[in-house]
Amino acid sequence: MYQNPDGVMIGLEVHVQLNKLKTKVFCGCSTDYHNDPPNSHVCPVCLGLPGSLPVINKKAVESAIKIGLALNCTVEEHTQFYRKNYYYPDLPKGFQITQYDFPISSGGYIMIEGEDGEHRVGITRAHMEEDPGRLVHEGTIDKSKYTLIDYNRSGMALIEIVSDPDMRSPKEARRYLDKLRNILEYLDIFDGDLEGALRVDANISIMGGQRAEIKNISSHKGAERALLFEIVRQKNVLRRGGVVVQETRHFDEAREITLSMRSKEEAHDYRYFPEPDLVPLKISGWAPAIKATLPELPDARRMRFVEQYSIADDHAKALTSELKVAIFYEEVAKKAHPKTAAVWICDVLKGELNYRDLTIEAFKKEHMLSVIELLVSKKITEDGAVDIIRTLLDKGGSPIEIVKEKGLMKVEGDIVSMAAEEAIKENPAAVADFKAGKEKALNSLVGVVMKKTKGRADARAVREILLGKLG
Amino acid sequence: MITKKDLEHIGWLSRLELSEEDREKYTPRLNSVLDYFGELDKADTEGVEPLYHVMPMSNVFREDVPAASLSQEEALSNAPKNQNGFIKAPRMM
Amino acid sequence: MASINELKERIHADSSVEIVTEYLEIIEKSKLNAFITVAKESALLRAKEIDSNGHEGPLAGIPIAIKDNISTKGIKTTCASKILTGYIPPYDAHVIEKLKNAGAIIIGKANMDEFAMGSSTETSFYGPTLNPWDTTRVPGGSSGGSAAAVAGSEAPLSLGSDTGGSVRCPASFCGVVGLKPTYGVISRYGLISYANSLEQIGPFATSVRDVTTLFDVIAGQDPRDSTSVNREANYSSALINDVKGLKIGVPEEYFGEGTDKNVDRSVRDAINTLEELGATSIEVKMPNTKYALSAYYVIAMSEASSNLARFDGMRYGLRTEDSDWHTTFSRVRAAGFGEEVKRRILLGTYALSAGYHDKYYLKALKIRTLIKQDFERAFKDVDVLIAPTMPYPAFKLGEKIDDPISLYLADVDTVPINLAGVPSISLPCGFSGRLPIGMQVIGKHFDEAAILRTAYTFEENTDFHTRQPEG
Repeated sequence: MYQNPDGVMIGLEVHVQLNKLKTKVFCGCSTDYHNDPPNSHVCPVCLGLPGSLPVINKKAVESAIKIGLALNCTVEEHTQFYRKNYYYPDLPKGFQITQYDFPISSGGYIMIEGEDGEHRVGITRAHMEEDPGRLVHEGTIDKSKYTLIDYNRSGMALIEIVSDPDMRSPKEARRYLDKLRNILEYLDIFDGDLEGALRVDANISIMGGQRAEIKNISSHKGAERALLFEIVRQKNVLRRGGVVVQETRHFDEAREITLSMRSKEEAHDYRYFPEPDLVPLKISGWAPAIKATLPELPDARRMRFVEQYSIADDHAKALTSELKVAIFYEEVAKKAHPKTAAVWICDVLKGELNYRDLTIEAFKKEHMLSVIELLVSKKITEDGAVDIIRTLLDKGGSPIEIVKEKGLMKVEGDIVSMAAEEAIKENPAAVADFKAGKEKALNSLVGVVMKKTKGRADARAVREILLGKLG
Repeated sequence: MITKKDLEHIGWLSRLELSEEDREKYTPRLNSVLDYFGELDKADTEGVEPLYHVMPMSNVFREDVPAASLSQEEALSNAPKNQNGFIKAPRMM
Repeated sequence: MASINELKERIHADSSVEIVTEYLEIIEKSKLNAFITVAKESALLRAKEIDSNGHEGPLAGIPIAIKDNISTKGIKTTCASKILTGYIPPYDAHVIEKLKNAGAIIIGKANMDEFAMGSSTETSFYGPTLNPWDTTRVPGGSSGGSAAAVAGSEAPLSLGSDTGGSVRCPASFCGVVGLKPTYGVISRYGLISYANSLEQIGPFATSVRDVTTLFDVIAGQDPRDSTSVNREANYSSALINDVKGLKIGVPEEYFGEGTDKNVDRSVRDAINTLEELGATSIEVKMPNTKYALSAYYVIAMSEASSNLARFDGMRYGLRTEDSDWHTTFSRVRAAGFGEEVKRRILLGTYALSAGYHDKYYLKALKIRTLIKQDFERAFKDVDVLIAPTMPYPAFKLGEKIDDPISLYLADVDTVPINLAGVPSISLPCGFSGRLPIGMQVIGKHFDEAAILRTAYTFEENTDFHTRQPEG
């Protein structure tokens, strides 16, 4: 049971941009603006021109329901949009169309790997709203002489996912974000790699005090760093005899600090009221139909892997934590030994990819199948397999070529036998030690044999042979 | 009733800069209108639901199909200040 | 004052260019100040086009004045406010597209109360419009320019907008016909919002027939307005000179204390005329009428405070010298909005603000339900309601402008109709000296047919609509 010594309570508000929709949430502007000049994907509606009116994108509603279901929420039968009134240069109408009462879904949860095992994080609500535009400052926000505004992003469909303050450490916050993003990728409703696809606001308090809201976090690592900084900052405030105030702070990604944003803003009075230009939605019956079309989600897939492929839960968890890895694994496991595939993808390949900052797309599944085949038919050693994988990632080629080039074919039994006998003859001290009960002396003999066979023998087999010869 | 202090706050919420003189002038005017709004209290609305939309409509959508956007030129055509395709606004702080 | 049919004959015989030129000359010489912008070049250009394309379309070659809160592509649109100085919309309102398709020619943008807030056209940044019947008096508002243009023979047709009476009031004061349709029948796409749950665009003309022809052109569902309804109707087919069996309801609450004697008499005489033609009348009770005015103003001001939040001088309109964003924003708005607009924004913000929301905004919406129920109950027993449009004929310029509440009280007979969303047409039914008096014929939701028929029959059997202002 995690003690949570500082009484840390963290809640996260994640904004997911439905950038796989073809159009924005309230107008027909196309969503593929990322490589285009500023203010080139706008219309009277998303530019907030006088006289313009919003119309709801049906697919955005369907996506919102998908997300609600995937987060185990209750999907409402009656939902509507509200105006949130405030002023900011990125908000063209002077209000944001969002949801307040009757959000489209609420009351869910997701399971994350917590500080002390599986931990449940509640989801307060997941609702629909529109994205504001994008501000560009000359330098940092507090020093810039002017503000530049690009409305291409204005009007993109957002789903705001608000968690209960159930996370107890920055690490848990990061795990929550990883899991959430994983689930969203499985749903195939957003491309997480595009700029602005996922934005995080964090709320954190310690020791039951007031919470600080941190804005402008744009990565999972950033969230963890921001929260780590906050805990230190808040503890320092308390240590100096002060009181932590409830405020909004801006995360400076470059300096990894949070800055107070207290200006004349004070407490916001958003004066919410239902959006008169949009009529309510009555969507009972939509959720069951959409539920039937949901793809298999990470937790379900993980359980299925364990059952279907008889692999360890740890492996299943690691394999399903990224959709593309899960798909890769299954394609391999269908043709090759599933357990071996699990071990070699999880324990070896993933590590090598991470080390090189690569994704699973850098490796071909045919190559994995080759490597497994060579291993299972005992044509190469485990070390040899690792070598092949590293070489494929660093230089390319194919497993068969690399085996030939590097002469990785496993050495025959006779040669090993001979090398073992030589080793025994040449190392009487080690042999004596071993016979005297020092098990570890065997290792040095194995080492000698491996040297003699230039590492191409199978270490376990060498051990066996030595044991056999030593009696 | 609104005081001049309240008016400072409401002016800020409305983003309308009000000088001392303005607040002096507006407060009694606004209060006489609010006074008139006192009529509302006389109505018995026990158990009555608010009418947000006068027509009982629901579920008006559009399909996820792209439509023509404005050109960048049209989008910027009315902005008094712009730079490299961006709309230029005063600094934040 | 030519009718559409007469003009069409003249256009065929002569040309649209000639007709347009004539109207332009009248406008040029006029002292009424009915127009903010006269679209001289584009009107003549369009007239030439129409002439060469063979006069196709129900309104081919006919000039029309458009209230300056309706977006016209390429033509300055100001809402009679300083804050929109120089704003040229890059798009046409839905009704403008329809007018253009029908061959109509936009001759200019008509003067109005600033942002449609007023009942006299005295709050316009461009000065008041004068009543053609007596130029020391107001034409009514907020669509004063639209009504005066038609009454003053400066345009045969015009469009206005009606939020709390802004079409019907000037129609009554200027002795012309003005229609406010059922909420949702005419698309609001392109209408610069004042109070979006209450307003509709409405046609003006010198006869019920012409108003109906214009109405036929601009009505109909628009996928860009989520509140627009799908009612296929040919309103012109309702113009039958027959009211036998028509049941008229007379709501005594609309003949209240402040009603001018001449108005009272004229409207009751009109009802008698219809009874002589075969209708019957009964008194109906609409007990919640006394709360309508305050409920209307709370709702309208609340919505306005939000609808006008977008006017910031960044993307269009007035811009003052820069300070920081929030301060500049506040200064632009203080400098750009007139007093009445500022007052309504402040009151609307107040009515929506935390602590007052329930007392004002929510309460007003509950009263709205009661008002709608009053109408539903009344229409169980009758087909139409007849009442005065305004409690008095046109008042003198400057008489009420310093007493906002007395101006608000002028709307006592018009606002309940907007709260309930029912249709109403105002047409001349008498005179007070030489000042026109208007009556409204009010119908059930979507029963424009009944009110048009009633109005048409009245008009066919009387001659009030044939009188013209002198000079």
